[in-house]
Amino acid sequence: MTLYVLFFMFVQIGLFTIGGGLATLPLLKEAAVDGGFLSLGEFIDMVAISQSTPGPIGVNLATIVGYRLEGILGGVIATVGIIAPSLLISMVIARWMRNYADHPTVQSIMTGIRACALGLIASAAWFILREAVFTGDSGGATGLEWLVALTDIRALVLFVLMGAVYVFKPAWPVVYIVVGGVLGVLFL
Amino acid sequence: MIPEVTRELVLLYTMFFRIGLFSIGGGYVMLPMLRVEVTEKRDWLSVPELLDYYAISQATPGIISVNIATHVGFKRRGVAGALAATAGVVMPSVIVILLIAIFLPALRANVVVARAFAGIRVAVAVLLTGMLGSLVRKGWNTAVDVVLTVAAFGLVVFGDVSPIPLIIGAGLVGYLLGRWRRHRA
Repeated sequence: MTLYVLFFMFVQIGLFTIGGGLATLPLLKEAAVDGGFLSLGEFIDMVAISQSTPGPIGVNLATIVGYRLEGILGGVIATVGIIAPSLLISMVIARWMRNYADHPTVQSIMTGIRACALGLIASAAWFILREAVFTGDSGGATGLEWLVALTDIRALVLFVLMGAVYVFKPAWPVVYIVVGGVLGVLFL
Repeated sequence: MIPEVTRELVLLYTMFFRIGLFSIGGGYVMLPMLRVEVTEKRDWLSVPELLDYYAISQATPGIISVNIATHVGFKRRGVAGALAATAGVVMPSVIVILLIAIFLPALRANVVVARAFAGIRVAVAVLLTGMLGSLVRKGWNTAVDVVLTVAAFGLVVFGDVSPIPLIIGAGLVGYLLGRWRRHRA
């Protein structure tokens, strides 16, 4: 991949990341994993690192994916790429369109995009859940047997346990990632 | 004697560097920190103005914290201010992530770390599912919202459709529905 291609890949991701950093995930998965540059496992590990280190998750992801693909310069170029649309569009709005957020057209468009973004984030969550929990060999079985064969039981137990804790006490993501790492060493 | 402009650009850079450094795991702490810095410690913005910037930033393409940094920086010192604030907010990410990324391949080769990452993947799945739950509770207001979310999920997971055309399509649906509602009213 050339730096030029890397830059525009992240410009495109930045442009379509709308309504919060998690919206970066489905876009980046499509570009980097489906594009054949990263494995899904690598991608998930990068998401984990991006969630447990300082800074906006989109910027963290751009830096780490850029570095993995093209070294330090790649990390910098990908970061500049993902922030370029934000910077340019926000400056235009700040200079000429102060009533932007209250404009009925903007509000209508955003209503549609936000609802769609939820579905896209859900798809990223599903792909990650599948990679983390349903990793077994189905061996050609069908129905319930297929699901049982596919499920990594210990990972599923871990998911249910941590999920229950999250429902009652959502803490900082970094806490879950550290606990997940420790439990992974002990039980997986 | 350092000129006033330079001093303020450096201030914008360091202020947003600090904010970037302390926003871990999502931009939730950014707004409270920013409020203290620009409305309490300094008389740069009123609280309603800051909330206005926040609303604009959420409705603008791109990374929300970069959008806010650009607005605050631009208001103080134009394009140079926007660049200084944005550079500040992303710099901690770039430094910390590059340091981790450089050492990551050596770490991954370790068997214990590989097992830790298996557990961490489960933790990421938990976090994403949980965050999605709270986003859905806030974001689902009408039947159309539910239909758009479910359709986007289904098309990506079962139809292998790329997200970008879906985002454009959903924006168009939102626009047409809004026009139709205003037309009827």
